[in-house]
Amino acid sequence: MLAELRSRLLAESCEEHLLRLFDRIEKSKLNGFTTLARESALEEARQFDKNPGKGLLAGVPIAIKECISTKGIETNCSSRILRGYIPPYDAHVIERLKAEGAIVMGKTNMDEFAMGSSTETSSFGPTRNPWDKDCVPGGSSGGSAAVVAGGEAPCALGSDTGGSVRCPASFCGIVGLKPTYGLVSRYGLVAYANSLEQIGPLTHTVEDTALLMEVISGHDSRDSTSAEGERHSYLPGLKDGVAGLKIGIPKEYFGEGVNKDVEKAVWDSIHTMESLGATWQEVSLPHTRYALAAYYVIAMSEASSNLARFDGLRYGLRVGEDKDWHTTFSAIRAQGFGPEVKRRIILGTYALSAGYYGRYYLKALKVRTLIKDDFLRAFKDVDILASPTMPIPAFRIGERINDPLSLYMADVFTVPINLAGVPAISVPCGFSGRLPIGLQLMGPHFGEATVLRAAEAFEAVTPFHEAKPEVI
Amino acid sequence: MEDVIIGLEIHVQLNRLKSKMFCGCSTAYHNSPPNSHTCPVCLGLPGSLPVINKRAVEYGIKVGLALNCKIEEETFFYRKNYYYPDLPKGFQISQYDYPLATNGHIMILGDDGAERNIRINRAHMEEDPGRLVHAGTIDKAKYTMVDYNRCGMPLLEVVTEPDLTSPREARAFLDKLKSILEYLDVFDGSLEGSMRVDANISLKGGDRTEVKNISGFKGVEKALSYEITRQKNLKRRNILVVQETRHFDEIRNITVSIRSKVGAHDYRYFPEADLAVLRIASWVPAIKATLPELPDVKRERFVAQYGLADDHAKSLTSEIKLANFYETVAKTASPKLAAVWIADVLKGELNYRDLTIESFKEEHMIDIVQMLEKCQITEDGAVQIIRTLLDKKGDSTSEIVKSLGLGKAEDDAVQKAVREALAESAAAVADYRAGSERALNFIVGLVMKKTRGKADAAEVHRLVKAEVDRT
Repeated sequence: MLAELRSRLLAESCEEHLLRLFDRIEKSKLNGFTTLARESALEEARQFDKNPGKGLLAGVPIAIKECISTKGIETNCSSRILRGYIPPYDAHVIERLKAEGAIVMGKTNMDEFAMGSSTETSSFGPTRNPWDKDCVPGGSSGGSAAVVAGGEAPCALGSDTGGSVRCPASFCGIVGLKPTYGLVSRYGLVAYANSLEQIGPLTHTVEDTALLMEVISGHDSRDSTSAEGERHSYLPGLKDGVAGLKIGIPKEYFGEGVNKDVEKAVWDSIHTMESLGATWQEVSLPHTRYALAAYYVIAMSEASSNLARFDGLRYGLRVGEDKDWHTTFSAIRAQGFGPEVKRRIILGTYALSAGYYGRYYLKALKVRTLIKDDFLRAFKDVDILASPTMPIPAFRIGERINDPLSLYMADVFTVPINLAGVPAISVPCGFSGRLPIGLQLMGPHFGEATVLRAAEAFEAVTPFHEAKPEVI
Repeated sequence: MEDVIIGLEIHVQLNRLKSKMFCGCSTAYHNSPPNSHTCPVCLGLPGSLPVINKRAVEYGIKVGLALNCKIEEETFFYRKNYYYPDLPKGFQISQYDYPLATNGHIMILGDDGAERNIRINRAHMEEDPGRLVHAGTIDKAKYTMVDYNRCGMPLLEVVTEPDLTSPREARAFLDKLKSILEYLDVFDGSLEGSMRVDANISLKGGDRTEVKNISGFKGVEKALSYEITRQKNLKRRNILVVQETRHFDEIRNITVSIRSKVGAHDYRYFPEADLAVLRIASWVPAIKATLPELPDVKRERFVAQYGLADDHAKSLTSEIKLANFYETVAKTASPKLAAVWIADVLKGELNYRDLTIESFKEEHMIDIVQMLEKCQITEDGAVQIIRTLLDKKGDSTSEIVKSLGLGKAEDDAVQKAVREALAESAAAVADYRAGSERALNFIVGLVMKKTRGKADAAEVHRLVKAEVDRT
């Protein structure tokens, strides 16, 4: 899709294309964008129209999740506490996008500080699912997924801490990839749970995701967890097919709690790939049932520390009259954070406290190692794993927001991937009524090329990615 | 005397490094406008990430080795979580388990006059927070400003075991530590805030208090003395010492309570996942090879090589710059004479003026020692030359000798003065012959007066005695 868009932009006018998108966004009821970078985007479009340049993404508009630092464009993580914060620097991925000629359109809504899977915890109010305005778009990168699915941006970046790219991709019927931990620099990604998260693309097609990965992946000396080595290329070999590919079906990812339509769509997908020459076998990831508990302990613990810097002293929200230090920053945090963020900070603080550290955090790290070992073992026998991305299709706005546990449970198939640090993609694989279903394909560390190749082969013989919602 | 137990935590800025601990900002922020040496990383802006300054870790290992520590196989960083305005991330990147260096020791001169071994518990790396500037004193300030220039400076925290028994020993330890750090060329003690001390202190059997963030060695001695007196007074009145954190008020020379144990922080240490584990064991051999000769070894060598008295050798090796100064002088002038004049005279004159050895040129010291060797000047004259040079009232030893008339009087002039003095001192001569050795001093004094002090008093004494004995 992006390839076609680029030739269209060259033939027509990038400025006019962008004006049409901004017009559409203004009329939109999705609430996907939070901040629009209209002026700078149009200026860049005019530059492109004068001199298109040769970048891989020259002239391509892109939407950026609220938690990725953009120089001169407010970056507030959809939280009150960061309202008004305009970063003085670009995240590594933004530098890379700009270097390849992409045009940042604006920032997209998310669960506050990426804490959620429905985009309902945003201080900007919920984003709506383009397929059903009463449903959530998934989260936390719900804004990014909704604007792509709703035709407001051709592609977007999100971030995935426990499923935050794949869940909304699944709910909105588009492609979303969570890369191997360390493949994409996190420099400039406002941290929620820094040992788990990666920036990833949200696009209409697998090929577009591969293209964005070519641009944003690769070593960055400013991120010490960034993998060394040469830059990977994902476009060559993308269409080499799945003949001979061994697919593992983790038995723990099916059965109880999985919606019937979802289960059927995923099995149909596996059989589709089988018909293309792949083979499948059942495998076991025995520690899956401990993944949610370990994930939430680690994520909340890290969050309690990562979010400590938001004290209102240097940037962001300031409330009332300044009093002494403790009173002032406590008041700012009390008013600046929403209830889900507070819940996670409090639980994380508790888990790291003297006397509890060993019982919770350290134990969660041990479970994490076991889960990683599960994946390493499985990938000795198979090339990729296949499962539902989400056990259910998109739910209704407000349906689960007061029941955090049921919300957390929905992450059951996405969080183990972050704990293990392996890559996983969600591709559209069917519908439950009007609502899209996502197929999750997981690969070994730095196995993006295989995952993308399998997803591409599936996409090439299925119509799901071409379906478009009747946008409200 | 009640038993006093003191342990120190010393925060040393590795300020000879060019860039900060986790970012590329320059460490040369002194005399810069506030908040001008900052970047997204040291300001902890959302999304920024730390990157370890490898050179800083190498410096840390160097210090660890010099403090006779064991260097861990691998080391990593932790987050120390607490809220404070000078801490822009809400946590400090520090170390906890597996610090860089553990179980070391250094020798100091104890209060009993004997060398004592002070054990080092650990040395770990961390980032310096910013600096708070209070409008007034800490407990009365109306507002406070923050300067983040210092934020992210590489710090090495050296923690001793509670082996020190007096404020003076604490001072001796700090002097020795500073000396070693400067020998290693990792530290410049002349910069403000380069070394800050937390002192734990208790009387035997009692609870301890911690006096935080004392800058200056004199401050440490004063704070500890005050705290000992305070704790003793409490004990005398049968009041228990409360375990708490106290602040040393440099202006009033007292310590004040800032935090009781009840309000003690739970720092919620946990590993910093943004930084990789460092396998440092393999770095050690190369770093070891760069270690210079350290004070204790140099001191022994000075005794052996130059035939110096041990106290002179100790004094000369207390500072690397002084030791180097001495060795330059001793290359061309008498090593023994040079040691006496540098350790006993020059050092005193420098201290009196609050100057460092850089204020004096090696060539000048060589001239002075050589003139003394050749008896061209008197000892008093040498002292005068040193003072004149230090007070910047002259820059050439020979010219100072000329202008102040410090050249030793010619021998015949002295002889003449001796003869005249003897002729004028019949009574004193008689007294001497009657057995009063002291009577000669009167005659010597007369000679000195006649030569306007240019003669060497000891030489005059010898001449007078010989003349009287002969006649």
